[in-house]
Amino acid sequence: MTQTAKFYQVGSRAVGNRLLPLDQRTEQANPERRNALTSGHRACQGCGEALAARYVLDAAAHAVGGRLVTVNATGCLEVFSTPYPESAWQLPWLHSVFANAASVASGVAAGLRTTGRGDIRVLAQGGDGGTVDIGFACLSGMFERNDDVLYVCYDNQAYMNTGVQRSGATPGGARTATTEAVGAEPGNLFGIGKDAARIAIAHDIPYVATATVAELHDLEAKVRKAMSIRGARYLHVLVPCPLGWGSATSETVRLARLAQRSGLFPVIEAEGGVVTSALPIRGRVPVEEYLRPQRRYAHLFRGEGRPDLVARVQRLADQNIVRYGLLDEES
Amino acid sequence: MNKPFAITLDVRSSLANHTGMWRSERPVYTAGLPPCQHACPAGEHVQAWLYAAEDGSYESAWRRLVQDNPFPAVMGRVCYHPCETACNRAELDSAVGINSVERFLGDRAIDAGWRLPDAAPATGRRVLVVGAGPCGLSAAYQLRRLGHEVHVHDAGEEPGGMMRHGIPTFRLPRDVLDIEIARLADLGVTFCMNSKVTDLRETMRAGGFDAALIAIGAQLSRRAYLPAGQASRVLDALSVLGSVADGERPGLGRAVVVYGGGNTAMDAARTARRLGADDAVVVYRRTQAQMPADRQELDEALAEGVRIKWLRTIAAVGEGSLTLEKMTLDEAGLPQPTGEFEELAGDAVVLALGQDVDRSLLDTVPGLRVVDGVIEVDEAMMTGSPGVFAGGDAVPTDRSVTHSIGHGRRAAVAIDSWLRRQDPPAQRQERDPVPYSGLNTWYYSDAPRSVRPRLEAARRTDTFGEVVGGLDEDTALFEARRCLSCGNCFGCDNCLGVCPDNAVIKLDGANHYAIDLDYCKGCGLCAAECPCGAIEMVPEES
Ligand SMILES: Cc1cc2nc3c(=O)[nH]c(=O)nc-3n(C[C@H](O)[C@H](O)[C@H](O)COP(=O)(O)OP(=O)(O)OC[C@H]3O[C@@H](n4cnc5c(N)ncnc54)[C@H](O)[C@@H]3O)c2cc1C
Ligand SMILES: Cc1ncc(C[n+]2csc(CCOP(=O)(O)OP(=O)(O)O)c2C)c(N)n1
Ligand code: SF4
Ligand code: SF4
Ligand code: SF4
Repeated sequence: MTQTAKFYQVGSRAVGNRLLPLDQRTEQANPERRNALTSGHRACQGCGEALAARYVLDAAAHAVGGRLVTVNATGCLEVFSTPYPESAWQLPWLHSVFANAASVASGVAAGLRTTGRGDIRVLAQGGDGGTVDIGFACLSGMFERNDDVLYVCYDNQAYMNTGVQRSGATPGGARTATTEAVGAEPGNLFGIGKDAARIAIAHDIPYVATATVAELHDLEAKVRKAMSIRGARYLHVLVPCPLGWGSATSETVRLARLAQRSGLFPVIEAEGGVVTSALPIRGRVPVEEYLRPQRRYAHLFRGEGRPDLVARVQRLADQNIVRYGLLDEES
Repeated sequence: MNKPFAITLDVRSSLANHTGMWRSERPVYTAGLPPCQHACPAGEHVQAWLYAAEDGSYESAWRRLVQDNPFPAVMGRVCYHPCETACNRAELDSAVGINSVERFLGDRAIDAGWRLPDAAPATGRRVLVVGAGPCGLSAAYQLRRLGHEVHVHDAGEEPGGMMRHGIPTFRLPRDVLDIEIARLADLGVTFCMNSKVTDLRETMRAGGFDAALIAIGAQLSRRAYLPAGQASRVLDALSVLGSVADGERPGLGRAVVVYGGGNTAMDAARTARRLGADDAVVVYRRTQAQMPADRQELDEALAEGVRIKWLRTIAAVGEGSLTLEKMTLDEAGLPQPTGEFEELAGDAVVLALGQDVDRSLLDTVPGLRVVDGVIEVDEAMMTGSPGVFAGGDAVPTDRSVTHSIGHGRRAAVAIDSWLRRQDPPAQRQERDPVPYSGLNTWYYSDAPRSVRPRLEAARRTDTFGEVVGGLDEDTALFEARRCLSCGNCFGCDNCLGVCPDNAVIKLDGANHYAIDLDYCKGCGLCAAECPCGAIEMVPEES
């Protein structure tokens, strides 16, 4: 029996891998990576949003040879990176207000195009509050006009910067400062909120994708693909937040991985309104494994617990698995 | 206004803000003890040489390996590989085929003619090694590397001990053994063959030796009293195996009975099959679960048509047949006679009941104590006689080539200290091996274990040629790359990637990393996401 040694322990699952050809390693493994968001920022320990922002911007900047401008909505990412006079950004970066990142980005793109600098690309970014709630009209407009912007939402599932209030992306059952763990249905209500990726797909824009901080190769490939396309593009990245989720700072990546492996957070891609790929679940886990380490779900497990509510969460995961065929090519 | 594009305010970089001050724990790169290394009786740094082999640097891998063990090609054939039993990968799918990669490297070295590193400058010290088995040879090698003059005296015609006179050629071809031993001669070890040592102190005095190692093995076959008729042939396994190893082909008859349940019994029965026995039957007083033979040896024997009679003793040996008594296990698990008997055809009986140490030399050494038939040694392998050390089968141990090589290495280190009038190096603090739970196995790819080619069972009984083949290069590389690198960084860049604060620095573009403590907030992500558990979080002193 002859085996061909095409992999190295971790295959292409890790950030780098000393034996993988350089072009198959991630941008984060590149010793010359840009560090678009550099050290000294004031994000919490283990912040998933800080991590994702560097992942996304380093990959995007690399894809377009550094000709990149970013527009930031208000939120943690903006606040922790730019307390005056410090900035952690190592690329041109603009902030205006909470609601209008998408519009500002559209304007920047239009301005660049009309001044003959259309080679400079525009990336807008914001939290889930800034994206699915307060900035939603601007975002939808940007989609409808098919403006040449990649909009990235870092989804930590609440308004973290102002003290963990519920957003339209907060999942059912989760405790926030405004959805306390009291009453018959503690935590956030089930059946409300928005699935921003599906709404974006419904705009039939050229490219929509979801990703997490746990699958770096997948995330970078999606950013590269997005930057190879002109027009409105949307990327929705799940970014665990140790503060808001009540999780250990070292668990940020693991929780993102469990969100995907449970089916709660489907990692997908769509082009022109059609879903074209879904990251298969490798080693499915029950949602409980994902929920338990997070204090925002502690009330589901305290005392006798609320198996009924855990079951509701499980149903959501099961639905996703069916909707996107997440178990089809289990590997 | 001379500001970068789109920047309107005068800014300072956030680098001015040393967020490392927030930290209560800091990540530290460690080198944990891989379970394979912990379990290897020869003390091989398995993970380290697999790491080198993984990128095809076979020569560096071999060089790392031979620092601890000069016989990879032999070891890759005869070692019972406790490393694989301990391997963490067994919990993921199946253990890394460490032993087959070791053999690949050993064979590669033979093909390529790699030489051992030169000896250190001469120290002027002389060491006598009695016995050219694996223990004596391993010690001679290590001592020679340290620059001592080493003379190995052996009673036999050729060096190798049981590797030459015990282990059959179908498991260890002698050209392989010869080449690996010849390297020691090239290194400057002096061999004095056909020179049985009968008075140790006298030999040391005459040769001007400063220290000695007794590595005489356990050469005396244990006998059992068997009421036997005139015509029946009762032989001992070591003499049968020894004469076959010398190229003789003694006829044992068509039905051969082997008495005993160890590896020697398996080798004797398999040899009997090759000598023409239609029926080779192993008679053992206990059950399979209690059998000391290695599981793989048993399987090979069974594959070659050897039959086993469990729970039987030989009560009498007659002409062409013998009488067995059935045994039963008592509560303590000891075999007890039942008084029930049965007949078994047998032209010859081969006893494989274990070996004892020959005391004749030992009794000439003042101060040396023999307890339960083996030499008493201290932590540093020194006997009660100052400057006289002992190891291998002659001391209390599991008897294997691997243990003997480990003894030889440890004794050499202790002898070296003794020669330099220094205390032996302190026993390294016992560390716990890296547990499976210390790994983040999510990152590892699925990869089934490779299997070594084997001679078809039907073709084995008419040849003394080697049964188990080696891996080809691609497969060996694949197998090496299955190693999870337990507790030791293998350059995956995960830590470099997952730090939200860019506080991990890759040094020199090589696989060395450092933490920038000015910015590390101590979140622990790097440690949690390191696949192999090479990063530890340690509390900051406040
Ligand atoms: C049939 C058989 C199969 C085995 N198979 C395996 C196996 O597959 N794997 C494994 O790991 N182990 C195996 N073993 C066990 C292994 O061979 C021994 O544990 C090992 O060889 C012991 O090494 P040693 O150096 O202590 O002694 P030995 O190998 O016994 O060597 C001792 C040497 O000392 C010499 N000597 C003795 N007295 C004197 C004297 N007074 N003066 C000079 N020279 C002297 C002898 O001639 C001999 O060469 C096997 C053993 C047997 C018998
Ligand atoms: C119009 C407006 N309303 C309220 C605020 C206060 N505010 C600042 S950041 C923030 C929350 C941001 O939440 P989200 O967009 O989810 O990003 P996160 O902080 O969670 O990353 C709020 C409510 C504001 N700056 N402007
Ligand atoms: S996986 Fe590698 S390092 Fe770990 S025990 Fe097995 S061989 Fe040793
Ligand atoms: S991931 Fe970065 S900040 Fe966190 S402990 Fe490791 S080096 Fe420090
Ligand atoms: S994460 Fe990878 S690169 Fe970092 S210490 Fe662990 S094995 Fe080495």
